[in-house]
Amino acid sequence: MLAVPLQALFGQLLIGLINGSFYALLSLGLAIIFGLLNVINFCHGALYMLGAFVAWGLLEKTGIGYWPALLIAPLVVGLLGVVIERTLLRRISGLDPLYGLLLTFGIALILQGVFSNWFGSSGMPYEMPSQLRGGQALGFMFLPNYRVWVIGVSLIICVGTWAITEGTRLGSWLRAATENASLVSAFGINVPRMITITYALGVALAAFAGVLAAPIYRVSPLMGADLIIVVFAVVVIGGMGSIIGSIVTGFTLGVLEGLTKVFYPEASNTVIFVVMAIVLLVRPAGLFGKQA
Amino acid sequence: MNARIALLLALALPLAARADFTGKAIKIGVLNDQSGLYADLAGQGSVTAAKMAAEEMGGKIGDANIEVIFADHQNKPDVGSTIARQWIDVDGVDVIVDVPTSSVALAVAQVVKDKNKVFLASGPATSDLTGKACSPNTVHWTYDTYALAHTTGTAEVQSGGDTWFFLTADYAFGQALERDTTAVVTAAGGKVLGGVKHPLNTTDFSSFLLQAQSSKAKVIGLANAGGDTINSIKAASEFGIVKGGQRLAGLLVFITDVHALGLQTAQGLILSESFYWDRDDKTRAWSKKFGARMGGRMPSMVQAGVYAAVLHYLKAVKALKSDADGKAVVDQMKKLGTDDPAFGKGTIRADGRKMHPMYLYEVKAPSESKGPWDYYKLKKEVAANEAFRPLDKGECPLVAASAK
Repeated sequence: MLAVPLQALFGQLLIGLINGSFYALLSLGLAIIFGLLNVINFCHGALYMLGAFVAWGLLEKTGIGYWPALLIAPLVVGLLGVVIERTLLRRISGLDPLYGLLLTFGIALILQGVFSNWFGSSGMPYEMPSQLRGGQALGFMFLPNYRVWVIGVSLIICVGTWAITEGTRLGSWLRAATENASLVSAFGINVPRMITITYALGVALAAFAGVLAAPIYRVSPLMGADLIIVVFAVVVIGGMGSIIGSIVTGFTLGVLEGLTKVFYPEASNTVIFVVMAIVLLVRPAGLFGKQA
Repeated sequence: MNARIALLLALALPLAARADFTGKAIKIGVLNDQSGLYADLAGQGSVTAAKMAAEEMGGKIGDANIEVIFADHQNKPDVGSTIARQWIDVDGVDVIVDVPTSSVALAVAQVVKDKNKVFLASGPATSDLTGKACSPNTVHWTYDTYALAHTTGTAEVQSGGDTWFFLTADYAFGQALERDTTAVVTAAGGKVLGGVKHPLNTTDFSSFLLQAQSSKAKVIGLANAGGDTINSIKAASEFGIVKGGQRLAGLLVFITDVHALGLQTAQGLILSESFYWDRDDKTRAWSKKFGARMGGRMPSMVQAGVYAAVLHYLKAVKALKSDADGKAVVDQMKKLGTDDPAFGKGTIRADGRKMHPMYLYEVKAPSESKGPWDYYKLKKEVAANEAFRPLDKGECPLVAASAK
């Protein structure tokens, strides 16, 4: 077991970091949504899938390539998020969070079912943009350029989102509304609109991750379902609603999972949940959550 | 009054059971994955294939109508065997067809044997269905792990790929495939350098591929299926595994997987199938009819197997003029030679193994392909008795019995 060469270990750490950036992007959106809406957004995975499918559809039907899709897909899915929030989620606000979970779970099942029916279950190919093909020989591993791009852009988005919530006026409203929505609206701030924008932003992040994932994984109706449970575990470990928590945990768990794949691959699907169980036992509010 | 009718019906039912065709109909139940990772290679396509066979027989045998129904077993053995039991006990199903996912197929085979009906396996891979777990009520049609290992494995070793590293799906099917392929590789003088067992439904394979890369094995054997295979091949292409001089051997790759990967990524992959739509005039003609009903999709070998197996089953029922005794029908199927547009002429062995050639294909480069679904070029045809396990090596109790 300990005979794994140091160089191979570097490679695995790097790969873990790349997977971690997907976890971070997705759990970031979940954390923002939970923080303000108190909704456990179970259709996050389905909207991530939708993002990938929008990118695929743009390329297939209209010839619009990867770079514009990186903007258009989050926009389209964000608009859908507005519709979902305005027409459905708003009606159950104030009820037990369980209702939000069930509603979004239902939406996820519908989206996945419809897409499976239309496109089949094995998925569609999506070509990598030509600028990002190929890779660098690092000596200890071959690093595809596309993965470098993924890790870079998700870091920028994560840090950017964190900076907005911590450093701007909009962010301070957001944080205040999370604490006490009625007090914030008493100051003349349109809280319902802020909720809509937040939800749209959260799901747009999911769609963005979907477009990033399209060239490396298959564009398939089940791609979100495969990932969402892990992402939920990340959010729980990081502390529900904690933005910095979800970012740090996302990257850390990606690395941890990568290491498990070297030392005991059979457990690589389970290791995150083992960590979750331990964290919940020791710190029920999560690593970065506020202790109740 | 109602009570009297019910009583009359109750009396009539056992009478009907004694008639030539149970329930006055020949009921075919297609049991497979309708919504998950195997829905494309089996799913509704298998249902359509079964219907095509029924229509070819005129929709009826004598005065018994041929009916086709289907259900989703969700790749879970308990769900599969529950449906099988209900179909046979309540709905009067005479034959269960397809059943991909080896674990479900093994469970269903047992139910069908207990109830003396017929099981036509097309989707499942495990060679145990005609080995230790063989049954007088089962016919295993399309392919099995032994044939895959022998066709792809032997070809790879012969063309110089004598050191192997396995990526294996960590459940019954993957382990059986790795076991069978390892036997082939070592028998041919090759060596297995190592392997990784990955969980079912893994999204990211890059970590495992790095391990395969550092093993320096010439061939990376993919003992997995469906989405796992697709994701491994995609990651291998991204991480430059093939460019670095290592080869990928897809031990179970379906044409639907190649369709999902695209030729750009899948080109050069070596794989074996028992059916390819573009093999000869007959397969092309049949596949065209299939495609017309499936929105242009070409049939997978599993779907073609469902068609051919149902067709042969109906011929046997027609000859017997009865579908009541499952074992008798299977015996009749073994007696009759098979002949259908998808697999040509063939036979069914005492252990229930359908014998036909296997074909070794290479996936075309995008420049070689003339259009959608034009994906394979033939490398080699492997005769049935070379591809499938010899009759006396499977430890099937039926074989010893029939030899006496």
